[in-house]
Amino acid sequence: MSEALGIEREQGLHLWRQMLRVRRMEEASAELYTKSKIRGFLHLYIGQEAGGVGVLEQLEPGDAVVATYREHGHALLRGISARSIMAEMFGKQAGCSRGRGGSMHLFDAAARFYGGNAIVGGHLPLAVGLGLADRLQGRKQITCCFFGEGAVAEGEFHESLNLARLWRLPVLFVCENNLYAMGTALARSEAQVDLCRKAASYDLHAQAVDGMDVLAVAAAARACVDRVRSGEPVFLEVKTYRFRPHSMFDPELYRDREEVERWKERDPLVTFPERLEQAGLLEPGDRERLEAEVASEVADAVAFAEAAEFEPVSDLCRFVYAEGAPE
Amino acid sequence: MTPDFRMSTVSYREAMREAIRDAMRRDPRVFLMGEDVGRYGGCYAVSKGLLEEFGEERIRDTPLSESAFVGAGIGAALGGLRPIVEVMTVNFSLLALDQIVNTAATLRHMSGNQFGVPLVIRMTTGAGRQLAAQHSHSLEGWYAHVPGIKILAPATIQDARGMLWPALQDPDPVLIFEHNSLYNETAALTGEPPEVDIRKAQIARPGRDVSLLTYGGTVALALEAARTLEAEGIQAEVIDLRVLRPLDEATILESVRRTRRAVVIDEAWRSGSLAAEVCARIAEEAFYELEAPPTRVCSAEVPMPYAKHLEQAALPQLADVLDAVRGVLA
Repeated sequence: MSEALGIEREQGLHLWRQMLRVRRMEEASAELYTKSKIRGFLHLYIGQEAGGVGVLEQLEPGDAVVATYREHGHALLRGISARSIMAEMFGKQAGCSRGRGGSMHLFDAAARFYGGNAIVGGHLPLAVGLGLADRLQGRKQITCCFFGEGAVAEGEFHESLNLARLWRLPVLFVCENNLYAMGTALARSEAQVDLCRKAASYDLHAQAVDGMDVLAVAAAARACVDRVRSGEPVFLEVKTYRFRPHSMFDPELYRDREEVERWKERDPLVTFPERLEQAGLLEPGDRERLEAEVASEVADAVAFAEAAEFEPVSDLCRFVYAEGAPE
Repeated sequence: MTPDFRMSTVSYREAMREAIRDAMRRDPRVFLMGEDVGRYGGCYAVSKGLLEEFGEERIRDTPLSESAFVGAGIGAALGGLRPIVEVMTVNFSLLALDQIVNTAATLRHMSGNQFGVPLVIRMTTGAGRQLAAQHSHSLEGWYAHVPGIKILAPATIQDARGMLWPALQDPDPVLIFEHNSLYNETAALTGEPPEVDIRKAQIARPGRDVSLLTYGGTVALALEAARTLEAEGIQAEVIDLRVLRPLDEATILESVRRTRRAVVIDEAWRSGSLAAEVCARIAEEAFYELEAPPTRVCSAEVPMPYAKHLEQAALPQLADVLDAVRGVLA
């Protein structure tokens, strides 16, 4: 147990490991994109890992997650296998959406993972509805909805927060504020850049947290989740930064290198292990062991995706409607 | 207040209300939400009295947030409920178009069949009440363009009473379009609630000389035309399409192959309309069996004007239908 960090060694290693799994899978995805194994749009979570890990560690197995098109990390952290995520990005039938969704549309019914939604803000109402279903059926589970700060400009953000509060629904709204909606800085698109003030105007609890600090996110998310589970929506802003371009097509003309480098100094994959080290929670060989385990998971996923089959074209029109239902 | 549905004359509005009431009684997962469905009793008074009977939890007044409450309907359906979402008019539904087209319609396919959306969305459509260009259009044909959803248009009291339950049983999203001119129509509804096959069009009136194919608010117009033509010795068949997606092509083609002439009546605009789709299918599948090119009677291609004489001039009229029929019979 570290007094300074307030965590045990095992906990620290677990958080590090979770962030590392996301980072290495994303790096592999970027490489596979350049090799044309992955196509379409690819939005990487690199730099933002502490947010997803800190929040998702606080959920119970029955809770629902609704995410955006930058969701590979969230999917992996909710227990969807790296194999099925990678196979999905390869467009294979073994993918978590049968190859029909791709990078932006990862789904998993068993994990209650409702996408992978690629209309900015469009999934917030869906999260509200899941919360409504839980409340009306007396279930204790909650819905955790991730979105970027760009979504705050959409009407759905305002409509959804209002409705969730009006009906007291168990939804945790997690705004991952990475400062840029594609290439538009928050201050270039919003008159009020304090997102918590916007959220609080709907009379719900709103708080912000340093998204580069996994322990800070975990602590804030724990408090928020408890509050949501008691039956009210909460808004949590995770202040973070993406180190990579918006997608693989982005020439990054809107921000300078220095800014990116400054944020990289706060890379949670660098700073968190350092803190563990300083707190005396690490042992020789930890890093090597962790890296090897994660590398092996990613390599296995890539090999699986490579070997998997494509869905036959004869299946193209299946599942537009339920099979066996009136059509 | 509750009409005796075992044997009585009821309005389209009452039939729809009874369908909702019946569904709510039969299935605790069913609930209704939308603007003014509770305290106000529904913009068209369809849900009048239901708040008192079922309470605030199951008859939910929503803010004027079409996107949020339609999307919440999608989420609630995913979460195990069977929502009926009422959108005041098809015009307002455009504020929820993203939810319907990008999410409700896509989820099953996009998720590899993991998530279906058993949601019913009801809305009014159509012109005729001098409500001008933002409350009068017939946009159901747009929705019928989209795979992943089903589109119903009850034109009769029987269908108003009988379509909702099978729509709620459907594992996929179903949109129900209620033409605003129909709510005060009445008919005798006797015996058990009608069982409606929501895959099938209906022959509203049999005939041998020409097929009038239509749906919703213009079924009455087609029937009126058929009665007028009968006096001239012309037997017109009226097909109430009633399912706009997926179209019941078999019934359409069977009728047209028999009568060898087709007039499609559609209150929407002609360009890119459902009428265009019906004509195209007839031309593709029955071209050589036709005596005349399939033809259409649609609304004038203008935003609907307010003034009564202009609105009526924009809408399909009896004379237009009769002219079209005489044209294909010539």
